[in-house]
Amino acid sequence: MAQMERDYLSNFPTLSLPAAFSQPIYPKTMLRTLLSTIRRGPIIHQLRTPVLVSAIARPVRAFASTTTPLQEAPNDKRGEKVHFLGATSSYFVYEMKFIQNMEPIPTYRVMDQNGHVKVQQDELEVSKEMAVKIYKDMVTLNMMDLILYEAQRQGRISFYMTNYGEEAYMGSAAALQPEDVIFGQYREAGVLLYRGFTLDEFMNQCYSNEGDIGKGRQMPVHYGSKKHNFQTISSPLGTQIPQAAGAAYALKRAGRKNCVMCYFGEGAASEGDFHAALNMAATTKCPVIFFCHVTYDPYVTFFRSISRNNGFAISTPVIDQYKGDGIASRGIGYGIDTIRVDGNDVWAVYNATVAARKLAVEENRPVLIEAMTYRIGHHSTSDDSTKYRDRKEVERRELDNPITRLRKWLEVKGWWGEAEEGALRTDRKKEIMRSFNAAEKRKKPAVMELFTDVYDKLPPNLVEQQRELNELMEKYPEHYSTEAYAKGK
Amino acid sequence: MTFLRHALTHIGPVASPLKRAALRNIAPGAVNMAQRRWQSNSAFEMIVRDALNAALEEEMVRDETVFLLGEEVAQYNGAYKVSKGLLDKLGPQRIVDTPITEIGFAGIAVGAALGGLKPICEFMTFNFAMQAIDHIVNSAAKTHYMSGGHIKCPIVFRGPNGAASAVAAQHSQCYAAWYGSVPGLKVVSPWNSEDAKGLLKAAIRDPNPVVVLENELMYGVSFPVPEAVQSKDFLIEIGKAKVERQGSDVTLVAHSRAVGFSMGAAEKLAKEGISAEVINLRSIRPLDIDTIIKSVKKTNRLITVEGGWPMYGVGSEISAQIMESDAFDYLDAPVTRVTGADIPMPYAANLETLACPDEDVITTVTKKVLNKKIGA
Repeated sequence: MAQMERDYLSNFPTLSLPAAFSQPIYPKTMLRTLLSTIRRGPIIHQLRTPVLVSAIARPVRAFASTTTPLQEAPNDKRGEKVHFLGATSSYFVYEMKFIQNMEPIPTYRVMDQNGHVKVQQDELEVSKEMAVKIYKDMVTLNMMDLILYEAQRQGRISFYMTNYGEEAYMGSAAALQPEDVIFGQYREAGVLLYRGFTLDEFMNQCYSNEGDIGKGRQMPVHYGSKKHNFQTISSPLGTQIPQAAGAAYALKRAGRKNCVMCYFGEGAASEGDFHAALNMAATTKCPVIFFCHVTYDPYVTFFRSISRNNGFAISTPVIDQYKGDGIASRGIGYGIDTIRVDGNDVWAVYNATVAARKLAVEENRPVLIEAMTYRIGHHSTSDDSTKYRDRKEVERRELDNPITRLRKWLEVKGWWGEAEEGALRTDRKKEIMRSFNAAEKRKKPAVMELFTDVYDKLPPNLVEQQRELNELMEKYPEHYSTEAYAKGK
Repeated sequence: MTFLRHALTHIGPVASPLKRAALRNIAPGAVNMAQRRWQSNSAFEMIVRDALNAALEEEMVRDETVFLLGEEVAQYNGAYKVSKGLLDKLGPQRIVDTPITEIGFAGIAVGAALGGLKPICEFMTFNFAMQAIDHIVNSAAKTHYMSGGHIKCPIVFRGPNGAASAVAAQHSQCYAAWYGSVPGLKVVSPWNSEDAKGLLKAAIRDPNPVVVLENELMYGVSFPVPEAVQSKDFLIEIGKAKVERQGSDVTLVAHSRAVGFSMGAAEKLAKEGISAEVINLRSIRPLDIDTIIKSVKKTNRLITVEGGWPMYGVGSEISAQIMESDAFDYLDAPVTRVTGADIPMPYAANLETLACPDEDVITTVTKKVLNKKIGA
């Protein structure tokens, strides 16, 4: 026997190799069957071992051919190729080495912090109209955040989350088509804004009034809009990730040339959903773009470090969420096209999304974009981030503001100036305040909306309860004041 | 011939006698039941597995947005062979094998439903669905409500539920009570082939998320079915129970496999002159309390039978609803629950038998209930 066969066979000291194994077979099915059988349990009739089968099928010939040489595999300059499925590009080495780090994944950017494009070839072909729209929407978002955050602090709404520091994700919204479906986490109001969700619609949702599309059933900032192809925000972290892959599968089945855009943060990327979704999106070839904003969100780290009982709270190191080279290295691990971008550079985000969309829509390949940014504000109105991070650190980070960077770029181009800035801010302030005041004054959803939409039709028990409540309200109006509510059916 | 084809032709004759022998040893009750003849008006017999297979095939042929995904559903023909032959008939786009990640494929299924398809998400057992329960409850069940009625999730989650045989605690839990408590979900629990076909078809056509709790030990059981069942449009209304056997002395309410035990108990009791009415719930949610109330008003005694745990269970819910209704005034004895033992399911065969209610337990309890007077 050749040395190669001896080496190979020495891996199986007690198993002699029947002829069966020298031919190409369908091991994926069998392996999977074995795996699932072993994992699932002892249902006897399901056991099918290849060895047993071949022993039954060819009792004599099975053992007579151990001298048959294994298929000769071409060597490449790295060494003999490996035969094992699941590692078909691998090659044998004779030096044992544990792999700790691959080359660090570089971060793509287009312009620097002063809005100057570094490499002239990268100079974008973007229209003034789109660039200015992106800028205006970033400013609007920022101003709306300021007002609504204060509103929560004054007790006018119960909850809010700001986008400070992360506004450059708006570039990804600009790169998509209106029919592309969005599955967000909770910090993507800018995408909705870019698509045309009005200030009234935002405010109505935060105030849970009768104008709210969601009929007052969600916490503030949990927006959803079928018209804008923006899936209703779901609170549990990371659940949108496999759902986005599934929705992409549906788009592919329908033959639509659209993709799904899925946003999440680096904390959510620790959830099991993330791993299952990326793996499945790759194997099922779903046209989905996974966009991870890496905010070094210390709140999430803090929360998780408490649950891991390490005792440190304030001085917990920021990167306690993972040890590998970010989320990008995971994408590569799942066989997905991956890119890391400067998440404060709206044009890097834009370019990467345009390219990702092309891959997804034209080749049905999932893509992972890791956008490095920093969350300037608190996690939400329920959080005080000074408790776990240094104020100076925040102030230092604030110097690299994505809105400012874009503004500088626009000014270099001559497309924006002080006058336009002043006009924009005045106009937006007026609009936001008008919308805000109107939303505050609107009535709450009708009482009867309590019972609707649990199912497509009201079930008998709810019909009964609705009727009972109606009767009560009519009989004792002084105890059931509905002044603050819209009139329902 | 390739090795595989050669091997399969040899496996074929070997596997089925082994399988039949295995079944005979593990589940004598199932074989017994296959030999019983329930009242029927037709000579046509159908086993539960075939009923489910027919339901899946008919609905997928009827509506091309319906598709099946889960572990081993395609190439392996289904972990329990429920989806046998479907891959060949409908192709890999409609019957999708997934990696071993319930959280992953349940999430993908929910996303596909939100995206406009009608997925049938199969769990190898509902025990494994606990790893995906966030998607079932927080996403599928609640999305229609939380989106203000704008987003629909027409999905079916199905798979075996409850005790099987010799598979121990982590493979034997009953989830009827858990899913039955969630507003936004519909939950059905078929017993025989007619139930299986009609309820699964109705579930697939329903625009709401539906959980179909099948039972592994019932898969191989044969039942005579009326001719109507063979129709491609045979549906059973979700939320309606069926009176399987008329009676006058006591009402037995059960779901899934326990219906079979209740019917057996009713026959035994009939020999002793006790006439038991047996109600097959069919739907856990919405619960058809009206049928039960009507029956209680006739018989004045109620016993609920289930395989699941006693606390916070199906029987507890029925008991509470009966108390809150006018049927309370008709009761001659408190409502009694017959349930699985309040322990994780043991593995040893003798212990497992003791942990599950069967005909004898039901019969004993019924006789006790009939001798009980309130206040005595």
